[in-house]
Amino acid sequence: MADAAPMTTEDILVNLLVFALSSFLGLELIRHVSRLLHTPLMSLTNALSSVAVIAALVVMDDQPSELVTWLALVAIACSATNAIGGFMITERILRMFRKDKPAAGATGARPR
Amino acid sequence: MIEEDIQLGAYGVAAILFILSLKGMSEVKTARLGNWAGIAGMVLGVAATGLAVHLRNTGLAIAAVGVGTLLGVPMALRMPMTAVPQRTAFSHAFGALAAALVGTGEFYDRAPEIAAHGATGLDRFSIVVLCAEVILGYLTATGSIVALLKLQEVKWIPSAPVIFPGRHVISALLIGGAFAIAIYLAIDPSQAYLFPVLIGAALIFGVLLVLAIGGADMPTVIAILNAYAGLSAVGLGFVLNNKLLIVAGALDGSSGLVLAVLMCQAMNRSFANVLFGGFGATASTGAKKKEERPYRSGAADEAAFLLSNASKVVFAPGYGLAVAQAQHAVREVADELKKRGVDVKYGIHPVAGRMPGHMNVLLADANIPYDELLEMDEVNPLFPEIDVVVIVGANDVVNPAASADEKSPLFGMPMLEVDRAKNVIFLKRSMAVGFAGVDNDLFYRPNTMMLFGDAKKSLLSVREALKQV
Repeated sequence: MADAAPMTTEDILVNLLVFALSSFLGLELIRHVSRLLHTPLMSLTNALSSVAVIAALVVMDDQPSELVTWLALVAIACSATNAIGGFMITERILRMFRKDKPAAGATGARPR
Repeated sequence: MIEEDIQLGAYGVAAILFILSLKGMSEVKTARLGNWAGIAGMVLGVAATGLAVHLRNTGLAIAAVGVGTLLGVPMALRMPMTAVPQRTAFSHAFGALAAALVGTGEFYDRAPEIAAHGATGLDRFSIVVLCAEVILGYLTATGSIVALLKLQEVKWIPSAPVIFPGRHVISALLIGGAFAIAIYLAIDPSQAYLFPVLIGAALIFGVLLVLAIGGADMPTVIAILNAYAGLSAVGLGFVLNNKLLIVAGALDGSSGLVLAVLMCQAMNRSFANVLFGGFGATASTGAKKKEERPYRSGAADEAAFLLSNASKVVFAPGYGLAVAQAQHAVREVADELKKRGVDVKYGIHPVAGRMPGHMNVLLADANIPYDELLEMDEVNPLFPEIDVVVIVGANDVVNPAASADEKSPLFGMPMLEVDRAKNVIFLKRSMAVGFAGVDNDLFYRPNTMMLFGDAKKSLLSVREALKQV
């Protein structure tokens, strides 16, 4: 696990590379998200940011101090709120987006 | 070793699922699939971590997840769509707080150890990153809570920017001091008693940062806080050498950044101007010189007559529509028009709601099909062909001064060019100015008809009148 092997300079460089590549990919992907979906996009990325729960689990590994245990437990509760709430509200919002119903009239330019 | 390889593999798959999740959001058809890819990635990542760590307090950890479920589920199910910005701000606060708390624990775990063994260069590097992550996490947490309170419009937090003399100096001292402590701790890790000072400075800085920003700028602020929350997860990933945290945090951070840039462009403002400008406090000067000019005001049946003779109608909604809870009333008028064969569309300005994309969600909530919602760039070329534009709860985003009057504070802001349409029906409570405090020339044009009153009541009487025509 993370604490077991000491970090090396190589790790830091690899992590920087991972960060640079995923940021670049993120920017490209988000630029192509329809404006229509910016609100659910935000609730989705909120849910994704709850990966902090993984960090909480990692620091609770083996023999953590009392302080670390309790801080990590609060962090798990916060992250769980975000993850479950975030994914659920994204689903709820996306279900509302419907195409033209039969009652509606002409079709026009479609949003990208 | 094999255990570690399996975990790394699972992280790789989870990272790909997160990327596919964002890719899915590029269009409505695939968006729900994208959400499920995100869920799958999260479950996989957490499971791979949970199996590899040896927890002494598994029961407590599960209880913590239970508490989170009890908090998160009712919020997700009950929250009205008008309150989604508040929920988002709340979620930024919790996400950043989680990252900050883990970072705090990690510091108190590591610092004494490092101090005892003597710090290596790598140790010093990780202390600086850890401190930066903690600073970012705590300032995002308190900043998001202030944003939440401003969005909720609670009485004891003014929506207008809170400006006091020397606030730039105080803010600079707080954040500068926090980073100075971070560097000092990297030099001498035994001085751990300074860490709470760093935390306190970050907490206060977050409050001051958002207090100074006006309610109208909250869409940008929310996006910036989103980026910060993502970056604090990245910081944690560096400290713990965990690549999944880095990937997910970077995706979150870049999303916040792109949205913040788009919001700034939509308001013709720079980042620095939003963060340090105190916009809204000084802009009200334009309103003082307001002179009495003639305008045409009409009744619901006149509006209905105008609409019934139109063949193309565009609604231009603003946040006032949501305040008046008039989304459903708009759809009822639109349905009545469609029955008569009128082509109805909606022109959505990027800052029409309280967060990026908010207006689309509010209208979708009123069962308006999403292919009738047109972005500003799509609808603007259509306006010369439009017979009637109905403006509901919007003002600054349809102000022609944004393109015509170089002295206007709104000048340069991209706008819905409703003034190019043949007729305008402007639903408004009174002749009052908008958020930016600027008079609107559109009120006084000969082809504009003002329809005064509560937006919802006005729309319902227009619908009744339409049935009579």
